[in-house]
Amino acid sequence: MDFLQFNPEVDFKLLLAVPLIPLVGYVVQIFFGRFLPRKGDWLLTAGMFATMCITVLMAAKAISHGFSSSEPFFHLSKDVGMSFSWFYQEGKDAADPLNMTAGLLYDGLGAAMLAVVGIVSFFVHLFSTGYMKGDKRYHIFFANISLFTVAMLGLVLSDNILFLFVFWEIMGLMSYLLIGHFSHDPSTPFFHRWATWASKKAFLTTRVGDCCLLIGMMMFWQNFQTFQFTELWRLTSEEVARNGGEWPQWMTIAGLFIFGGTVGKSAQFPLHIWLPDAMAGPTPVSAMIHAATMVAAGVFLLGRTFPILSPDVLAIVTATGAVTALFAATIGVTAFDLKAVLAWSTISQLGFMVAAIGTGGIGLVAGLFHMVTHAFFKSCLFLSAGSVIHGCHHEQDMRKMGGLRKRMPLTFLAMGISTLAIAGIPMFSGFYSKDKIIQAAFMKTSLEFSGAQAFACFALPVAAALTAFYMFRMMFMTFAGEYRGDVAEGHGHGHDDHHDDHDHHIVHSEDGGIAGGHPGPVPHESPLPMTLSLLVLATLGFLGGKFWLADLDILAHSKPWFMKLVSPEKMYPGIELMNGYGAQVTDAMLKSTYDSAHTWAMIISLFVASAGIFGAWWIYGPRLRTTGQAVVRWTWTIVCLVLAYLFGVPLVGSLIEGADTLVVVAAWIIGLGLLGYVLMRTTKWIVGVFAGLSRPAPENIADGFGELYVAVANKYYIDEVVDASVIRLSMLASKFLRWFDETIVDGLVLLIGRINRSGGGVSAWFDQKVVDGAVNGVGALTQTFGFIARLFQTGRIQQYASFAVAGGLAVAAWLLLG
Amino acid sequence: MELQASYPEGVLSNLLSWIVFLPMIGMAIILCLPKDAMETVKKVSLVFTGIPLVLATYLYFGIFDKSTSALQLVERFDWISLGAGENPIQYFIGVDGISLPLVWLTTLLLFIGVPASYSIKNASKAYYALLLLLEVGILGVFVSLDYFLFYVFWEIMLLPMYFLIGIWGGPRREYAAIKFFLYTLAGSVLMLVAVVALRIDSGTFSIPDLISLAQAGELTGASLPYGGELLGMKFTTWVFWFLFISFAIKVPVFPFHTWLPDAHVQAPTPISVILAGILLKLGGYGMLRACFPIVPDAFNEFAYALAVLGVISIVYGAFVALGQSDFKRMVAYSSVSHMGYVLLGMAALTEWGMNGAALQMFNHGTSSAALFLIVGVIYDRAHHRDLNGFGGMSQQMPVYWGLTTIGFFAALGLPGMAGFISEAMTLVGAYSSANPDFRVLVVISVLGIVITAAFLLWAMQRVFLGTLNEKYASFPDIDKREIFCQAPLLFLCIVLGIFPFYLLDWMEPSIANLVEILTIASNG
Repeated sequence: MDFLQFNPEVDFKLLLAVPLIPLVGYVVQIFFGRFLPRKGDWLLTAGMFATMCITVLMAAKAISHGFSSSEPFFHLSKDVGMSFSWFYQEGKDAADPLNMTAGLLYDGLGAAMLAVVGIVSFFVHLFSTGYMKGDKRYHIFFANISLFTVAMLGLVLSDNILFLFVFWEIMGLMSYLLIGHFSHDPSTPFFHRWATWASKKAFLTTRVGDCCLLIGMMMFWQNFQTFQFTELWRLTSEEVARNGGEWPQWMTIAGLFIFGGTVGKSAQFPLHIWLPDAMAGPTPVSAMIHAATMVAAGVFLLGRTFPILSPDVLAIVTATGAVTALFAATIGVTAFDLKAVLAWSTISQLGFMVAAIGTGGIGLVAGLFHMVTHAFFKSCLFLSAGSVIHGCHHEQDMRKMGGLRKRMPLTFLAMGISTLAIAGIPMFSGFYSKDKIIQAAFMKTSLEFSGAQAFACFALPVAAALTAFYMFRMMFMTFAGEYRGDVAEGHGHGHDDHHDDHDHHIVHSEDGGIAGGHPGPVPHESPLPMTLSLLVLATLGFLGGKFWLADLDILAHSKPWFMKLVSPEKMYPGIELMNGYGAQVTDAMLKSTYDSAHTWAMIISLFVASAGIFGAWWIYGPRLRTTGQAVVRWTWTIVCLVLAYLFGVPLVGSLIEGADTLVVVAAWIIGLGLLGYVLMRTTKWIVGVFAGLSRPAPENIADGFGELYVAVANKYYIDEVVDASVIRLSMLASKFLRWFDETIVDGLVLLIGRINRSGGGVSAWFDQKVVDGAVNGVGALTQTFGFIARLFQTGRIQQYASFAVAGGLAVAAWLLLG
Repeated sequence: MELQASYPEGVLSNLLSWIVFLPMIGMAIILCLPKDAMETVKKVSLVFTGIPLVLATYLYFGIFDKSTSALQLVERFDWISLGAGENPIQYFIGVDGISLPLVWLTTLLLFIGVPASYSIKNASKAYYALLLLLEVGILGVFVSLDYFLFYVFWEIMLLPMYFLIGIWGGPRREYAAIKFFLYTLAGSVLMLVAVVALRIDSGTFSIPDLISLAQAGELTGASLPYGGELLGMKFTTWVFWFLFISFAIKVPVFPFHTWLPDAHVQAPTPISVILAGILLKLGGYGMLRACFPIVPDAFNEFAYALAVLGVISIVYGAFVALGQSDFKRMVAYSSVSHMGYVLLGMAALTEWGMNGAALQMFNHGTSSAALFLIVGVIYDRAHHRDLNGFGGMSQQMPVYWGLTTIGFFAALGLPGMAGFISEAMTLVGAYSSANPDFRVLVVISVLGIVITAAFLLWAMQRVFLGTLNEKYASFPDIDKREIFCQAPLLFLCIVLGIFPFYLLDWMEPSIANLVEILTIASNG
């Protein structure tokens, strides 16, 4: 198909329009937004729609290339003469390394990421037209979120790390403004206060990482005199090859600094502390931060800089990611705030991505793949949470929800699909990427055993089980059972008052959690722009990983689309990666390990996902005696469907192998329906068996863990540790240095002044009595000093000043003429 | 340093002098006006700061040849004869890529300074006259190529500044003014001694000639007693430290900075703007023009020490700013921190470092001037500057908050804004310095970036966010005059962040030439 052919001459101009359209929208909106009808939201949403269309069209070109050819899809706008000389236009020519010449880089990874950003961002805009209605700073919100998107789009398209850094930081600024959106609106006091410090915390924490990135960039610049990604890759691999395969030490250090940027932006331990508080911003902002922008930028940076990270760095990358994945998942289990659960799950999922990238090879692809699928289902989850919060009148505490399934069916559907995706259920996008991540960890460990890898092999599956657990816990608490919120009476505002800068660390005080909620009528479904966004994103979260409807290859024996688009060879064409597997690992070994690791990863992923879901049902699932038959049937409907396709679909598929796709799909639907029906008929019996067993209450389990639970629920006290160490030390240092400056440094100055004053008196006497007014060097100088000193006393500077100047001039004249 | 061979014809041949001395005509007119004609005085000052701005803009874009490092628009004739056989003191002025942007910035900030002064209720015609005299002094320093002339302008600039702080300043204005005056005068004395010594050794005051002599290795102090050696230190070392300290006081470099917070806090807003925007640049400019190239070998010998001082200024200034509770004092210390980059970049002796330093001077001129205007806006309304006394101002003054956000993020070096380019060039340039010890310094100075963000955002939180203080619920938002003063500066902060070549192209040849001069000295 001709229109799916990438034509650099034309298409790079279109790609340039991708960030420019919303940028122009931003400028118009910030100056004139408040005067436009509907405060200009349609302008930016329409602009983002155009942007999305371009990104999707371009991605279609990349994907069609990926499916039809094994050649890398890799384009630089410089090759067609499109570049921008940044620092100098005439002072230096474009080729001079001192002149930062920037262009666009569009490859498979960039294509996928750009489309994801475009899609998610458009639907977040659309969602916001409903969600933010009535906000005091509605037009500013739209302007800011548009520029936020511009930053991410620019970052993805940058062909050099300095430009990437520019957009990276602009994104930091926009996240500061967006997280702090409510800090200018005192109408909800709790968010007003929270947003104020949460935004600052986010900016400063990520800035620590940004500075690390800057140092890393400088180290590479100092050695290679370039910021171009392609040049950095090439020069690094040449340098290492010249070094006999050994990585110079500076590269490891520089690589660690670059990874520091990811740690900050992608909320890895220990710089993750900003992300949970970032939900002080409006929910659509959280959806952006957690899915398409900010946190994705860090992972994207790893994708772009992978070839320059030494194996030692990659081991640390894996270890950091694995630690983050596991510890964030444990915290997610204890959270009661709907958005907090999602926030911790983001940190945990980012840990998965980072850990995978650290394993290299297929893990690199898997980590980036997970970034893409995660963007779909996490944006959907956050927007669904927004819809729930909107429907519950700004209540965020899950203990005050429940039974929303009937009242918000569309939201329930969207959130349910996304939950299945993040839990890693086959057919849903998250399964394909997470499964590959675990497979990559297994492969790396079996081929090149190391402590970090072994830890990842343990931590990642456990974290996956916890993910399924806390996500279904969230679903049960929110949508199952009866509505527990206040309807038109009771208290919603009562506990606002005791949240301040410090007790936020104690997660959720006893009578409630994060609550801006107020009593109101019963929850209701959200308006169309919101539900439409949810459903589209849910569909992407469902099928965005692998479009298995086409070939029924549910267990992913063939490659998902992303893996055809992105592979190490295609991402870094012409570069021999020096940080992959060692020479002792042959292709044959890789191939055989691939298959066995694939099988084991599949079995383990399925097992941990089911275990997590079952555990969540066991503890939080609806109790038969209290909730009635309907809830039971609902619960088991899901279980039945899961079982049905796990066993039924491959069976049907294999039976009619070779048939037309249409026939296959029809057979699949019929088979699935039949199986589901049969299983649902048996529901009554199964439920009866389980209902007879006594199931523990969540509180008792929490009590059983004792201090450990308290520690986890307080996020391992990391915030407190940072407060007590870094922040307190900085403040102490600043207080001490202020004292030092005012007392010691300035004191010395004043002391010299005082000495001069008395010295001035002495020399004035000497001047009169001994030297007798003769103009000589010493006399003039002391006289000057005398004047200077006396000025301290009299303050009548006018005449003395002219004397001083005259004195100086006299010395000069005397020296010259004499 | 060569002089451009061809000059503009006709009236334009004296363009530079016109720019420098036009404000003096304005001053004369103001002094002749009656006492109560304040409206006319304001208009006259506006005109006579506006015309130099227009002329300087024309010079910048229309006349200046940015392809050469040569000094341009040179005017040179004898001023004071010193007898037969002696080189006379000359009226010798000209501009190159290093001084031209600063000349333009001076004309801009003085022009802004006039409407910014309208809020000073007791400003008499003497105030505006002194303001115009100040402009003459500053511009004179930037264009002087004769060291004697340089010194004269340097002193001319000092007096109006003293009076402007001492008469129209805050409660402790006299203390602050005298401290400023004496501190700077102490520096001037050092400069004078060095200049005279240089004259005795070389027989000339001409800065380009001195640089050529230094390049030829003939500036060794041989004609002075003991060959210029004193206390075991070489002649050039003495000259270097004398000149360096006199300029370092102006920059200001730790530990010579304590006059700055006092002067800033007591000075009225427009004077703070000029002080931070231009006067501090005189120090950095002096080093580039009249210190390092004259004694290049001493510069190379002590470059590392200078860089250490620069890094101390960066980190120390940022920490002390973090500890302040006075808004203006905080901004003053942020200047100490930001000017540290200038020293670090210059000492690195790489093209990016030197370019970054020159650029940082300009960018700090716009961003810190904007910050002082921002402080002035809130001070005019609340009559105090205690950071802890505000809160929630963004609800009351949203436009003011928006402009402040631009100013703050420009100051903390956000990419996309001008400050980032200069800081990044400085740091990257310093990191790739020939001396590997610089790398540690750069890594330390990166700490300053984080602390800078911290104190600015903290100030933002304390002033603009949180609960609105009831006392201030009647404040009007920023008015048109105040926006008019700030807008050009914030506009420059953004535009030069995206198109830095509007400065770098102009600076590049001169900077490259300077780096070459200094590098040759370090090699041989």
